Amino acid sequence: MRIKSPKDFWAGLMFIGFGLFFMIGAGNYDLGSTERMGPAYFPTMLGGLMAVVGGAVFFQSFVVSGGKVVAIPLRLLFFITVALLLFGYLLKPIGLVLALALLVVVSASAGHEFKLREVLLLAVALTVLSVLVFVKGLGQPFPLLPKFLG
Amino acid sequence: MEMQFLDNLSLGFGVAFQWVNLLYCLIGVLLGTLIGVLPGIGPTATIAMLLPVTFGLSPITAMIMLAGIYYGAQYGGSTTSILVNIPGEAASVVTCLDGYQMARQGRAGPALAVSAIGSFFAGCVATVVVAMFAPPLAGMALKFGPSEYFSLMVFGLVGATVLAHGSLLKAIAMVLLGLLLGLVGTDVSSGMMRFTFGIYELSDGIGFVGLAMGLFGIAEIISNLELKGSREVFTSKIGRLMPSREDFRRMWKPILRGTAFGSALGILPGGGALLASFGAYALEKKISRYGNEFGKGAIEGVAAPESANNAGAQTSFIPMLTLGIPSNVVMALMVGALMIQGITPGPRVMTEKPEMFWGLIASMWIGNAMLVILNLPLIGIWIRLLKVPYRFLYPSILVFMGIGVYGLSNSPFDVLLMAIFGILGVIFVKIECEPAPLILGFVLGPMMEENLRRALLIAQGDPTVLITKPISAGFLIAAVTLLVVVLAPAIRKKREEVFVED
Repeated sequence: MRIKSPKDFWAGLMFIGFGLFFMIGAGNYDLGSTERMGPAYFPTMLGGLMAVVGGAVFFQSFVVSGGKVVAIPLRLLFFITVALLLFGYLLKPIGLVLALALLVVVSASAGHEFKLREVLLLAVALTVLSVLVFVKGLGQPFPLLPKFLG
Repeated sequence: MEMQFLDNLSLGFGVAFQWVNLLYCLIGVLLGTLIGVLPGIGPTATIAMLLPVTFGLSPITAMIMLAGIYYGAQYGGSTTSILVNIPGEAASVVTCLDGYQMARQGRAGPALAVSAIGSFFAGCVATVVVAMFAPPLAGMALKFGPSEYFSLMVFGLVGATVLAHGSLLKAIAMVLLGLLLGLVGTDVSSGMMRFTFGIYELSDGIGFVGLAMGLFGIAEIISNLELKGSREVFTSKIGRLMPSREDFRRMWKPILRGTAFGSALGILPGGGALLASFGAYALEKKISRYGNEFGKGAIEGVAAPESANNAGAQTSFIPMLTLGIPSNVVMALMVGALMIQGITPGPRVMTEKPEMFWGLIASMWIGNAMLVILNLPLIGIWIRLLKVPYRFLYPSILVFMGIGVYGLSNSPFDVLLMAIFGILGVIFVKIECEPAPLILGFVLGPMMEENLRRALLIAQGDPTVLITKPISAGFLIAAVTLLVVVLAPAIRKKREEVFVED
């Protein structure tokens, strides 16, 4: 057997996985009856259906030709995700100003034209704008500076 | 009936002309245009990003602003298509074909003008269509019981997957995944926590905004960063804006046809701006006397799809407002926004909150008028915006999304959700799974379960109730027919491929 459509191959596997995950997960809840659907009834039904559809996609990948999977841009994904998580989890401890600077600098390093001066200027501009719009304007209750300074 | 219609419209205009609504309508259309102009950020990502901004507003003002963003983004998208040959959003893809050619011939001005005029005309007509068709439809929907609703949702979801591009099977699987993700959280009838893994923040379900921003916003940013293409902007020679007498003679019929076609397609499940613009272009190319000029800068090739996409964008509000069923992903975002505001969209909205319903409709007309008045003079600003390099844009977008998502519950959890769905979104792009059906399913998941549960309870556990009630059966038959019609040629083609391979 040769895989003719790698994209469908992986998509099929993913759907089968998700389907089984929800079906097995629903096993912890009460199935109920058709007359009185329990919390597990609908998820089991959908999960099963999804695994079947996923199986069809999987099977099809051996029959119908399709595109190759292009590599996932791990570096980009890493920088963007880390930038967001740093911002989210550090906002309260270090305040909006520093958290935003981190978000901008880390996410900008994902690009292929990183110039520190430019990025710092951008960070300052975005921070000023965000403080004005979100904190002063829309009244979001964000701490501005780190706890030990505030 | 006639009087009722006028009363309704005057109620609507009364609401839409309140200064706060006018203001947010203006902000909405401006923000929409602004972001629509930027290549690679479409209306879906824009609305997802701006959802948190609307939570502090009253529901009607929020809806007016979101609707403004939607059609503002359509306008902005056309500008980018014409000047840069990169569609600002998917519905403007066909506008690139002839619009960009016109720009290369030094006729960017008339191309921009015809797109604005066509869109405005279509917007006016579509507003009336919504006002006329929505009340009877809502009246009908009021008589629906749970089985009818369940089957209607099946039909809507099938329609949305059938008309989505790409593999049908994968689209169906994505709908199912969306439905399942929608069930995460507390089960309404048993109070049981489902699929929360003891995570307290998941007890209210997966956050809609984080999900939408991750799947659309983050995935889009990363896709854009992967492309390193250069773009050529026609900025120096916009030329005179006013179309010539000859242009007017050639464009009025395509505008009429585009409007009619777009209004009809917008109502269909899965319809809306995208399908309308593609269909209208193909239709116009077939019947126009100037069909051979298409692709070489024919003004009809801009007029028809631009009118159609705006008409379709607006009439796609009909199923959302009257049935509570989103026909495309933008409407799913609107449903999400309404639910966060504590309003369940459906036929009752029109009778219980007429000011909201008619105010929204009236605001569409006002918003379109604002766009046509503002946009042409502001074209210079939009062009300057097109020159902003992406390396400045995407950190700014991330800042905006980060603050917006964090502010939802003042906790990092929604940021985490957004990041996770961002990763998932990138994987979906790589294996060619459209995220739009997932969002539709996500919004409808809990409603579908509840309606099925009630339908079966009433029927004492007899599932045939879904096919013995005539209206419900009708929806299911329509859904199956759609599937068969679409699958049939595909099966044939694929079988041929198989035979060739052997």
